[in-house]
Amino acid sequence: MAFTFAAFCYMLALLLTAALIFFAIWHIIAFDELKTDYKNPIDQCNTLNPTVEKVKKIKRVKIAIKLVLPEYLIHFFFCVMFFCAAEWLTLCLNLPLLAYHVWRYMSRPVMSCPGLYDPTTIMNADILAYCQKEGWCKLAFYLLSFFYYLYGYVFIFHLYFSALYFSFVSTE
Amino acid sequence: RHLGHYPSLPPGYQNTSAPHATPPIHPAMQAATQPYTQPPGGPGPAQLSPSLAAMSLQSSTPEALRVVNLLQERNLLPPAPVPAPTPCLTQDLQKLNCSPEVFRSTLTSIPQTQSLLNKAKMPLGLLLHPFKDLSQLPVVTSSTIVRCRSCRTYINPFVSFLDQRRWKCNLCYRVNDVPEEFMYNPVSRSYGEPHKRPEVQNATIEFIAPSEYMLRPPQPAVYLFVLDVSHNAVETGYLNVFCQSLLDNINSLPGDSRTKVGFITFDSTIHFYNLQEGLSQPQMLIVSDIEDIFLPTPDSLLVNLNECKELVQDLLKSLPNLFEKTMETQSALGSALQAAFKLLSPTGGRMSVFQTQLPNLGVGALQSREDPNQRASAKDIQHLAPATDFYKKLALDCSSQQVAVDLFLLSAQYCDLASLGCISRYSAGSVYYYPSYHHQHNPAQVERFQKDLKRYLTRKIGFEAVMRIRCTKGLSIHTFHGNFFVRSTDLLSLPNVNPDAGFAVQMSIEENLDDMQVVSFQAALLYTSSKGERRIRVHTLCLPVVNSLSDIFAGADVQAITGLLACMAVDRSVTASLSDARDAMTNAAIDSLMSYRQSVLTIQQPGLLVPACLRLFPLYILALLKQKAFRTGTSTRLDDRVFAMLQLKYQPLAYAMLMIHPALYRVDDLTDEGALNINERTIPQPRLLQLSVEKLSREGAFLMDAGTVMYLWIGRNCHSNFLTQVLGVPNYAAVTATFPYVDYLLPELDTAESQRTRAFIGWLRDQRPFFPSLHIIRDESQLKASFMQNMIEDRTESALSYYEFLLHLQQQISK
Repeated sequence: MAFTFAAFCYMLALLLTAALIFFAIWHIIAFDELKTDYKNPIDQCNTLNPTVEKVKKIKRVKIAIKLVLPEYLIHFFFCVMFFCAAEWLTLCLNLPLLAYHVWRYMSRPVMSCPGLYDPTTIMNADILAYCQKEGWCKLAFYLLSFFYYLYGYVFIFHLYFSALYFSFVSTE
Repeated sequence: RHLGHYPSLPPGYQNTSAPHATPPIHPAMQAATQPYTQPPGGPGPAQLSPSLAAMSLQSSTPEALRVVNLLQERNLLPPAPVPAPTPCLTQDLQKLNCSPEVFRSTLTSIPQTQSLLNKAKMPLGLLLHPFKDLSQLPVVTSSTIVRCRSCRTYINPFVSFLDQRRWKCNLCYRVNDVPEEFMYNPVSRSYGEPHKRPEVQNATIEFIAPSEYMLRPPQPAVYLFVLDVSHNAVETGYLNVFCQSLLDNINSLPGDSRTKVGFITFDSTIHFYNLQEGLSQPQMLIVSDIEDIFLPTPDSLLVNLNECKELVQDLLKSLPNLFEKTMETQSALGSALQAAFKLLSPTGGRMSVFQTQLPNLGVGALQSREDPNQRASAKDIQHLAPATDFYKKLALDCSSQQVAVDLFLLSAQYCDLASLGCISRYSAGSVYYYPSYHHQHNPAQVERFQKDLKRYLTRKIGFEAVMRIRCTKGLSIHTFHGNFFVRSTDLLSLPNVNPDAGFAVQMSIEENLDDMQVVSFQAALLYTSSKGERRIRVHTLCLPVVNSLSDIFAGADVQAITGLLACMAVDRSVTASLSDARDAMTNAAIDSLMSYRQSVLTIQQPGLLVPACLRLFPLYILALLKQKAFRTGTSTRLDDRVFAMLQLKYQPLAYAMLMIHPALYRVDDLTDEGALNINERTIPQPRLLQLSVEKLSREGAFLMDAGTVMYLWIGRNCHSNFLTQVLGVPNYAAVTATFPYVDYLLPELDTAESQRTRAFIGWLRDQRPFFPSLHIIRDESQLKASFMQNMIEDRTESALSYYEFLLHLQQQISK
């Protein structure tokens, strides 16, 4: 239950961060599958022919594109919320990630659809490695933020109740 | 076997043991045979003398590491073209090794660890030309194709047989069983000698693939021609040349009885041609809804060539006249490509697009981005990246349906080749560029177009191909260069594979290569031949592993390094900036020479010291910096620049090196001394000259071979002997009179000098699949600027001379 706007923000942030963690895990899995394709033992018929699964892998990159924008928008929504709730410390912690998202989106390859990943260059080993590292770092950040919001929520909640309790006791 | 119309050097020539350099030029050249001056040859007899062969793998040859002070020795160019270095392997391994014309590595001795490679500061990569026209290609039809069970490598000459029944893969070291059928050798009719089978005796081999290698029944050859018929296009007159060329070659299009052809023309609307058997004449169907293109009839737009040949010929005869009076100035290329893709997607095939102007209507319309004032900019060049990803996305769609798009750009204005080129780059097509093509004003381009078309229509082709490059455990490939789509980590999707395409890859050493004497690389190309046969062409290369820096430097292949650096620089220009790429190239030279100086050189002397195998490296880097693709300060059209960049990535190494460092010969005093005898024709072999005006002389005539174009420069006081005997003009003034527009034909006179000159130029031309146009220029000709721009050793107002560049390098190295 949300008593103050700040507590409400933290609770909402908690729930949405769970979604962000899910996105980050999907991101990691997608790139890992793209990368490890060639390390699997390959069947005789599929040896040199592109199979239907492999075509889907490239399509999976396009799905990742559909995941990337919601992630950025959700995170932007957090920042706006925390700004409105005057939670400055939390906002400052999220600002670097917001700046990074903006930079990443601005320096994406020329594309007609909103998206970050170019199927022709994604298989370059250095770009692939960069995307994987990015996935892991984001997962770590979102996990930490999850626990931070959890703590924040409990802290504010506890603050309110102790304020309520003291006010209750003091009126005794 | 008949394998295309431009065979490589005939076997008799390849096996000449004496190199062209009969008199040694270098003052310090050793008398012993030097491995790197051997002629580039396939699996021919090894040239290593017994003393060299007895040397261990780890010792370096004295000649390759001979210290050269570049500031003092000026005559560095060998008299004949630089051959590829031979890897330092034992004689029996090297005898079986893949030809350097097909498979070449930047470092012929692979470093043992990644840190050693980083210390050497040279890129590690492979340059391949897998579908090259070969004069000898063993073809194996076997019910079982023997492959390693884990890594799926094909059996090759460098596997080891543990006993008669088991073999060890040389890429993953897994022990496999020899199948029963493999024990019998059909060639020698013997049993029990699997190591004598042709698969294990040839590094380049072709298999006929059984049905497990087919995703669908092999497709027929399908050719679709998409032609621009706007007013501009008709003005250039290319349609006549195209139709005539196709009519002449219609019976030599590679294919069988299932071959299909189709035609689409477009200006502001798209025109289809119904060529159904039974019609009296071709029927044109016009679709003007270019926003939402559809096919007007479900079939008979792509028809069987054999059944409808008369209709096709009628169409080709009437096509130029149909659009003679057109006044359309708009070009809806994007929609035409979409329509063509719809037509070809059920079967796959090849799409040839002819475009003469900037597409300005419909989807994929492009803007003119070039600023003419920025052409000679000394700083960064903008607009090297595509403006829109429409063509890239379409190319990816085409690639998934096994359609390749070849682009012929015949325009005089800016056409945004950076965006248009994407349609070929990712669908394994090729780009041909004829700037300022016009049938009257530019006959040299017309001749080049004709000859290129003939080659294009008749050369060997493979459909729905994929290529996989495997390397020994511990090495991995991380970047690919060339026209294809990387479908998986080392799987390249090539809807069409043609014999003129080259590829390059960069490698890194993931695990240390301890306990390995040699490593192997295998490129396997699975394709459908034009006759509907599924085939696999396999090339295997074996190289030694070394763990000392001096051995790595001894095995450096300077031309391959230059080629790979050029590909990397093109990528860097597009993703970062041109000045970044230029700095990176200079730094590559500085870093490698600094590493040599610090780690390998025992005696520190003043000067710019390089090993003999890398003595041409600064020259090639300077040539790259002054190349059309990367030069700044000189006025270069953006399309020309982008085309040069595309060619650097697409051309096989031999032709790319001619583009980068043209060959200069003096031709007015050709003699038969040291001449080659091929097919009873005597072909003179003049010496290669350095690219400096110092080597030019007013009394001579010089031929510059720059790959796609040749310049024959006549000095002002040239011998009248040469003018009369070879050119057929009485004096120097008459050169322009006779050759103002017809400057591309040497007259066929009956004199000995004329025969020698024509034999030499013909021999140069025969060595490559495309046709270099010949320009005869006088001192005051307009083309003299292009000729002089290739004099890379000279100083220009925006670039250093060769000596100044060497001083700059020395300054940076000794910092």
